[in-house]
Amino acid sequence: MSASSSPEINGSAVPHLDVDPFDMKFFADPYPTHELLREAGPVVYLDKWNVYGVARYAEVHAVLNDPATFCSSRGVGLSDFKKEKPWRPPSLILEADPPAHTRTRAVLSKVLSPTVMKQVRDRFAAAAEERVDALLEQRSFDAITDLAEAYPLSIFPDALGLKPEGREHLIPYASLVFNAFGPPNELRQEAIARSAPHQAYVTEQCQRENLAPGGFGACIHAHVDEGAITATEAPLLVRSLLSAGLDTTVNGIGAAVYCLARFPDQWQRLRNDLSLARNAFEEAVRFESPVQTFFRTTTREVELSGATIGEGEKVLMFLAAANRDPRRWDKPDSYDITRRASGHVGFGSGIHMCVGQFVARLEGEVMLTALARRIAKIEISGEPKRRFNNTLRGLDSLPVTITPA
Amino acid sequence: MPAITFIHPDGKSDRVETGDGESAMQAATRHGLDGILAECGGNAMCATCHVYVDESWLARLPDMSDDEDALLDGTATERLPNSRLSCQINITPALDGLVLRLPARQV
Repeated sequence: MSASSSPEINGSAVPHLDVDPFDMKFFADPYPTHELLREAGPVVYLDKWNVYGVARYAEVHAVLNDPATFCSSRGVGLSDFKKEKPWRPPSLILEADPPAHTRTRAVLSKVLSPTVMKQVRDRFAAAAEERVDALLEQRSFDAITDLAEAYPLSIFPDALGLKPEGREHLIPYASLVFNAFGPPNELRQEAIARSAPHQAYVTEQCQRENLAPGGFGACIHAHVDEGAITATEAPLLVRSLLSAGLDTTVNGIGAAVYCLARFPDQWQRLRNDLSLARNAFEEAVRFESPVQTFFRTTTREVELSGATIGEGEKVLMFLAAANRDPRRWDKPDSYDITRRASGHVGFGSGIHMCVGQFVARLEGEVMLTALARRIAKIEISGEPKRRFNNTLRGLDSLPVTITPA
Repeated sequence: MPAITFIHPDGKSDRVETGDGESAMQAATRHGLDGILAECGGNAMCATCHVYVDESWLARLPDMSDDEDALLDGTATERLPNSRLSCQINITPALDGLVLRLPARQV
């Protein structure tokens, strides 16, 4: 890889880089490339996919917080919806701009609010305890399958009100959605080629009659009766929870367990003070950034930190690189559960900041609390295997052995 | 620059200088103040930068949005008539000397 400076791009110098941030070699170890991207300049150009890139915290934060200039309605992946037909009907919240976004966002914000989390908290905590019961029986297990996946799968589909049948489609569907934000590489093309059964399940499951009363899904549909959204919009908003509510928390919890297993001093700190559990999860989201990237599209010519970007250009935001930008973070490559992690962009920032962040934090907090209370040691007992996705970073397998407290 | 005072539940207080255009939450977190969590980073989504505003200052604060009003129903400690989210209080010279009381917890 190399960085070369182009003297003139619309009158400003923007370094051109020939890195591919959607390549398997990059996924295996993205950190050297993240550093290269950050140090090349505040705004870079990636020749491989003809997109601008921002990898420093300040610019990522600025792009996230200027949705009028850096829009989402033309897609938050590489594909520009103005030029290309989206692979599925666009999301009414993720791939929307104000004022349309404001209305749909308000509905999901209410359905997943901190107030609602208070109501589900005891249930989520009890399920975390049950999961730890099972793990203590096993002693040696795969922390991805048996913990990071098993726990959200034991609560989130029920909280949504999904039918018991067909839930095996949930993780493949989410994986497809996040692969589809990437360029037309093998990961994306294969995921879309195999998508039909997953899409059929999701479309069917989002209908009002298929969602149990009292669940998040039914709550979304109830907003139709109040006139906030239409009957045709509601299923697509339920779809957002199916797309982004499960695989993300799987990778978030997986990240936290991977961190705490790798850094036993931090595990001890957590065991000594369980009130650090919520921040230990938050710091894992900063440190590992389960959602690595998102795109925006410019609605006009704009100057960003000295670089001029024309209208209709895709801008790739490296959330993970921003979360380890030394300009913003002290010792960015250290996992420190007492760090003031607030302000990281692992959940995004601004009007599109993850609407399910409180579900994620609640799951992370109660799971880490249950683990730390009852387990003295977590040791990695086999080679961790990475799972490859165009947007999500996480493991496929993490063999561990635990010692009871 | 205007300065504001945070009073902790134990009665101790911290006087904090605010930066240009900062919110009370940003000033608190920049100084590493315990008691303001601000999980959402100032996007008015989380209600973990809850403060009780000293009564004498209440009327001088910017109006509350519907979003903030709804979020205050989800605060970890009881919502009172003087409850606000500190990320929604931008500190102007007119708020120099503002006094904010911190709740016992934010989550």
